[in-house]
Parts: sequence; structure tokens; C-alpha cells
Amino acid sequence: MILKNADVVLGDGVKKLDIRIENGKIAELAEHIEGEGADCTGLTVFPGLIDMHVHLREPGYEKKEDIASGSAAAVKGGFTQICCMPNTNPVADNKVVISYIVHRAREVGLCKVRPIGAITQGQEGKNLAAIGAMKAAGAVALSEDGKSVVNSGLMANAMLYAADFGLKCLCHCEDASLVDGGVVHEGYYSTLTGLKGSIRAAEDIVIAREILLAESLSLPVHICHVSTYSGVQLIREAKARGVQVTAETCPHYFTLTDEVIATFDTNTKVNPPIREERDRRAIVEGLRDGTLDCIVTDHAPHHLDDKNVEYAQAAFGISGLETSFALSYTQLVKGGALTLVQLAQKMSANPAHILDLEGGAIAVGAPADLTVVDLNRAWTIDPADFASKGRNTPFAGREVYGKVIYTFVDGEIKYREADA
Amino acid sequence: MPVIMDAQGLARTLRRLSHEIEERNEGFENVALVGVKRGGEVVARRLAALISGSGRGEVPCAGLDITMARDDLVSAFILPDAERNEPGFSLDNKTVVLCDDVLHTGRSAVAGIEAIFRLGRPAKIQLLVLVDRGGRELPVRADYVGKNVPTAREEYIEVRFTELGQGADSLTVIRR
Amino acid sequence: MLKHKDILGLYDLSAEEIDEILTVGMSMKKLLRQNIKKLPHLQGKSVTTLFYENSTRTRCSFELAAKYMGAHVVNIAAATSSVQKGETLVDTGKTLDAMKNDIIVIRHPMGGAPRLLAQTVRAHVVNAGDGMNEHPSQALLDMLTMRENFPTLEGLRVAILGDISHSRVAKSNLFGLTKLGAHVTMFAPRTLLPTGIDKMGAKVCRSREEAVEGADVVMGLRIQLERQHAGNFPSLGEYAKYYGVNEDVMKYAKPGALVLHPGPVNRGVELTSALIDGDTSRIEEQVLSGIAVRMAILFLLTKEEV
Repeated sequence: MILKNADVVLGDGVKKLDIRIENGKIAELAEHIEGEGADCTGLTVFPGLIDMHVHLREPGYEKKEDIASGSAAAVKGGFTQICCMPNTNPVADNKVVISYIVHRAREVGLCKVRPIGAITQGQEGKNLAAIGAMKAAGAVALSEDGKSVVNSGLMANAMLYAADFGLKCLCHCEDASLVDGGVVHEGYYSTLTGLKGSIRAAEDIVIAREILLAESLSLPVHICHVSTYSGVQLIREAKARGVQVTAETCPHYFTLTDEVIATFDTNTKVNPPIREERDRRAIVEGLRDGTLDCIVTDHAPHHLDDKNVEYAQAAFGISGLETSFALSYTQLVKGGALTLVQLAQKMSANPAHILDLEGGAIAVGAPADLTVVDLNRAWTIDPADFASKGRNTPFAGREVYGKVIYTFVDGEIKYREADA
Repeated sequence: MPVIMDAQGLARTLRRLSHEIEERNEGFENVALVGVKRGGEVVARRLAALISGSGRGEVPCAGLDITMARDDLVSAFILPDAERNEPGFSLDNKTVVLCDDVLHTGRSAVAGIEAIFRLGRPAKIQLLVLVDRGGRELPVRADYVGKNVPTAREEYIEVRFTELGQGADSLTVIRR
Repeated sequence: MLKHKDILGLYDLSAEEIDEILTVGMSMKKLLRQNIKKLPHLQGKSVTTLFYENSTRTRCSFELAAKYMGAHVVNIAAATSSVQKGETLVDTGKTLDAMKNDIIVIRHPMGGAPRLLAQTVRAHVVNAGDGMNEHPSQALLDMLTMRENFPTLEGLRVAILGDISHSRVAKSNLFGLTKLGAHVTMFAPRTLLPTGIDKMGAKVCRSREEAVEGADVVMGLRIQLERQHAGNFPSLGEYAKYYGVNEDVMKYAKPGALVLHPGPVNRGVELTSALIDGDTSRIEEQVLSGIAVRMAILFLLTKEEV
């Protein structure tokens, strides 16, 4: 198959090229390739997007999402590769659950699903999970996502032991004693609504700890879903002095501010919470200057039953796979903070590099994981159209730019936009 | 603006009405006067004073706030500005003469009867009005009438009493 | 006429709507003072009090207000309802709606719950206190009590002292009072002062004396013992000593300044007994204002249907 006349996002710029795909790989890249092909005039081809932070809910919470629906949402959102967090039921803290996910994802056969194993058994923060066995079964990283490993000594050991197997810890940073039941960012709007807030330090303290552990141990660490301006600054300073720290953020942190909670819409409830304009700007700047390496969705689908309740009772999380690219493109590229090349780095190359995954670049010989997008297409986010079971989005009704037209995984079209 | 009654006419009418009450009830024993606030109360108090002043007897007398008994309280969602009715004597087994200034639709009279029932169980209730202007909407009839003045819908009767700070006594037909 | 189907908070209500509730409340109070407590306006209507949190005082006040106006009243306490079996608020609301309730009065420990209910049901919803969000009827009764004692709330100086962080009463009062032109000062330990309250129109003071200076009304808010256990202050004794309102502090207020408290009072903590029982205390008066203002709310909510 040949894609013709596409604007191809390469590592050093965007070029008008033809792409020949053969045996699931990119066989040729040239200005003109002879033969029949799909005309991609006006479309932009990105290296297959990679989301290193999603929740697929299977096993255990299939009412919210399963590997099939999550994979469908992923390819619809332009993702060719996703990494799923271990807070399932049972927890992915052993090779059996990891293998199950790997095999089930292959059966589904849409995108590449890379499981992340728990750091401790049952995510209970007591004993290390079977890290070696999980690696052998296909785990690509470790995380306690949903909480932090409270015991600093255990966290240090986890980082050291994981390093023996070439795995990184992806750290959810949250000091539970400071959060203390908080459900939103503490500020004007938490006072206005009377919803219990938590201060930035609840996140920052653990970001600082993980950085200091990585620094002391001379090991890499990755910080999940950064939401505070102060957290961005901590990471920036750490990078400047050579700490091997990488970090991610999510579209809601660079798009929304905490005034959205004023309506008590539980779709705005997410952890860490949506913060203030000062934070939002810092997140954009962190992405721009490279402090923040990746954009992830923290795709956290929930059933309506988990959201159509009192704010304090509602589940945390946003269903993000199908809105991430458009929000990122609209906010960051059209907003002037990033170039298309930088956006491709944040959403593909950097995650691939951090987790040592295949893909991440359009190059001859690489797997033909490609995301073909119409950047000029404006559309309105409507959760009723989601492939995900989770319709929980605070972005319903928002107009965005950038529609995924085709998603190729190993050269096969796994998603095709209805009109295409 | 035809004046129906001036101060003198009113005095004469009240005197006659007091005799009619006396005649119908064979004296004033067991009679009580209850006047619908505020005009009817003036009528009742004047009658009581007249009866007492002429040495014919002492008739207990009280004003009656009918707001809480109005039939349109709910339908018109009226916010009541009422005073609690505390006549100071028992209405039980009395012949209560309910006094009002003008009888028109009959709704005030019915509300008056309702308000009286909330205070006790009289043996009889009789209705006294200074003017019956016709236009009944309910099956109500006055026992004592000062004057019958048939009026049109667009007319009303303006009542002035000195007690209420409205100048000299007068009852006048006014065209809207 | 109220423009809202529900009374969820004073943040949502306009100055005109608040003024109307207070005006009707004054009339209701006049009737109540004369012991007239049989109004027909809610005859044939059903009012359900749905309390997920204990509050005998508020529930009783709403119940009497509804009964004085002739409504059928059903009281649901969370402890005896299907809530414990795990029914969601939305489902409970649908059930109450199906039972043809006209008004649901809800008290809930979580902010925003009355709004969720209001979005679900056809019935009018009255917020009787939701978490740390709002307690509109309490603020309205405070304002009614003030209105009876002062010619206008415009320019009135109201000092609020106590646990402001956890107080829906403080916030509802702040929203309501500032909308009607009053000035609100606040004082509390920093641990009990919520972020951003100064941006909502309150003048946050650094001492009791500064807060009370020139005040027409001094309002104490309940300090709960659990706040001590949560580490918000060392002890009730220390609170009383450094943050409580006593006679010396009251000297900074205008002569004859009123003393209010939403109750129940911790004697000698928020306010001294001498102030609670003094001539300027209107704490008992607030109770009658409570029924009056709740009657006014029920009256105005159902009035729009006529």
C-alpha cells in the first residue's frame, strides 16, 4: 500500500512524501513513489501515537471498560500503542494478569497494548510485586498508579530492583495525609462550592521525593500526570542538574482550570485535580520548554453509575483517548506553544523512548504504525460517539480541530473515519 | 357622586337598626355584635355604644379579622396580613350579629361566618349591613339592611368613618 | 416571584429574590407572633424532608413551617431509609418524584447533592445544608432577624467569627448579605479560614477586635470538637481564649450590637454565656425567624404554579 501526497511528520520537520507500506513495515519514503495508492492530499501523517498512561479496567471492571472497547477507543483516537495501568481487579501484580492482558489484547487485535505492572503486591505498599516475572510476561514498566508508595525505603528498593530488569517506575505523586479526602484543587472554587480541596503540596511533596530518590540512586524515574506549576518547576530544576527524570501531563491540565467545578459536574473530578490558570500556563510552558516529555490521557473510563452521584462520591477520572489528539493539537499547536514535530515527540517519540517501545518515528524499516489526521477538520466533542464505554468527559460540546482519519497498526488499517 | 348617607343619615340608620335587633331578638340578652374589620367593626362599636347609651343594655362587641377565612387565600395565593381574633368573650350559644358596612358578593359575609365558627359555636348568626348594593355571588341575605342601593358593577361604595381618620361619616356611590 | 425552581443557595439567588423572601418572611413572622399558624397555602401538597445528616433543629423547623401551611409532611432520615442499602441519591429522588412530592427538603453531608437532586426531580428542591457548600435558609433567617432590628441591611456591618472553613452558614450569609449591601468581616484561626473567601466579598481580619470593630451584628459560628481532633486548634479552651467573643471584644462593636449564633451554641467557646443570655442576643429570636423564612420559601416556591 502507498500513501500519497501526505504531509509527513518526521523528526526534523514536516515533508510532503509518499509512504510505501509492506509486510507491516514502512518500506519506502520518497517524494514520489510509483504505483497505485491512497491519496492523502491535505492529510497529515504522524508516527503512531503512543499513550503510556491509560486504564483499560479489564480484568475486574468490565462495566467501565474492557480491553476491546478501550482498544477501539485508542485507535479511534489515533493511538497505535497504549500502556495500561495495573489497578485492575485482581491487580496486575503478577505474570498471570500481565499475560492475560497481553493475550486478550492480541485477540482483540486493534492496537498494541503494553501492560504496566504494580510496584507492590496488591498495590498495598508492603511487599514488592513479582517484578521479574511480570517483565518476562510482557510488562513494560511499573506503577502504583492511583496512589503513591508511601514508604520511601520501599520506593527506593523498588527503583533499584526494577532497574535490574530494565524497568522504570512511573510515579503517581500524592501525599494522602495532605489530600485527606480532598476531591478538588484547594482554592477559590473549592471554597465557593464547599468541595474539599487539596493543596499543590500534596502532589509536589511526592514529586520532590521521587526526584530525590532518583538523584540519590542515579536511576531514572518518570512522574505521572503533573498538574501543578510548582511540580513543573521541581522537574525543570531536577533536569537542569542532571537527574534522570521524565514527566507527563494530560490534556485536561493544559486545557481546563478549576472554575469548571463550579457546576458540580462530576466529569470534572479527576486526580490530581484540575488546578488554576497559573498551573495551566506552567504546564503549557513545561511542554514547550521540554520539562514535560509526554502527553498522556490518563484515560479513566467510568460507568455513568459511578459519576451520576454526589461530587464527593463520584469516581475520579476522565475518558480521554478519543479527545487527546484534538485537544492537544488545538490547545498547543494552534495555540502556538508546540510545533507539529514537537507534538509528535510528546505523543509518540518520547513515550517510545522512555519505555523503550517500538515505534515513535516514521522511518524506513520501522513498524508501519501511523496516525493519519485531517488537521483542518473542526468537530465537536460528543461523548455519545465514543467507542469507549466511558462517556465521562468534561469536554462535551467543545469544538476542536484535528480529526483522526486512519489509524494504521503494523500496516493494517485499524480505524477508518466514517466519512473516509 | 350621589351621597347615600351623610353623618346624620348614618346616625338615624344605626338607631333604627338597633331597634330592629332589639325587636327581632326580644331585647339584647344573649346578643353579641361582631364587626368585620375595619368598617364593620365601626358599625358594631357604634351600635353597641348606642344601645348602651340609651340604657337598653350592654352588648358585647368585637372586631373580626376575616383575612384568614378568605376563600381566595389559596387560589389567589394571597399573603395574609392578619390579626389574631380575640373577641374577649365567648361566642358559644350567643346570637351573633355579624356587622359589615357594604354587602355585595356575599364573600366577606361567608368569610365572616367562617371566622366566627373558628372562634366558637353561636346559637344564631344574623347579618347586618349598612348598605346592600346587590350583586350577590353566594346565597347570602342580610337580616338587617340600612339601605338598599342597587349599583352597577363598575360602581362601588366609598365608606368613610371618622374613627378611621377618613373625615366626616359618609357613604357615597363612586363610578370607577 | 422566584425565578428558580429550587432554592439551592444564595449564590444563585438575585438580590430581588432574597429581598422578596425576606419580605414574605416578615409577614409570616407577624402571623407567627400572634400565634396564627394555620395557613391554607400548601393544602393538598406534599413536602418530604430528606435528611442524610442529623439535624433535629433544622428538620423540625422545616416540618413545622410546612405543617403550619397545611402540607402533608413525610420525614426521611438517612438512617431509616433505603440509603443504607446503597440506593443512590438520583434513584431516591426519582422515587420521591414518582410519589408526587411537591417539595423535597434535603440535608446532605456532601456539597452539591441538592443540585444533583434538583437536576433529577420535577419537585422543588430546598437545600437544608449541603456539606461545606450552602445553608440558604439559615442565612435567610439570620438576615430576617437583622432586618427586623435595622431599617435596612444596606451598609450594615456584620462580623462572623468561628469555624468559617467548614461553615456553609458563613458562606450563605456572605453571599446573601453582600448582595443586599451589607459589609461582612470575618475572623477565625488560619486553619479554619477557607482559601479565597476574601475574594468573595468578605473582609478577613487579623484579630477579633478588628473584625468586631463598628459591627452592628456579631455572629458566632459553632466550633466542633472534631476540629480539635483534626488538629485545627489545640483545645476548645485555647480557642475560647484567643478566638472567642466575650464582653471585652464586644466593646469594639457598636453599642447595642446584636449577637447571633446559628446554634447549637458551645457556651463559653464561641460566645460567653453573658452574651448568649444578654439583652442584645437574638439567638432565640432566630428560631422563630427560621420557621417564618422557611414558610416564606415554601410559599414562594409553590406560588409560581398558581
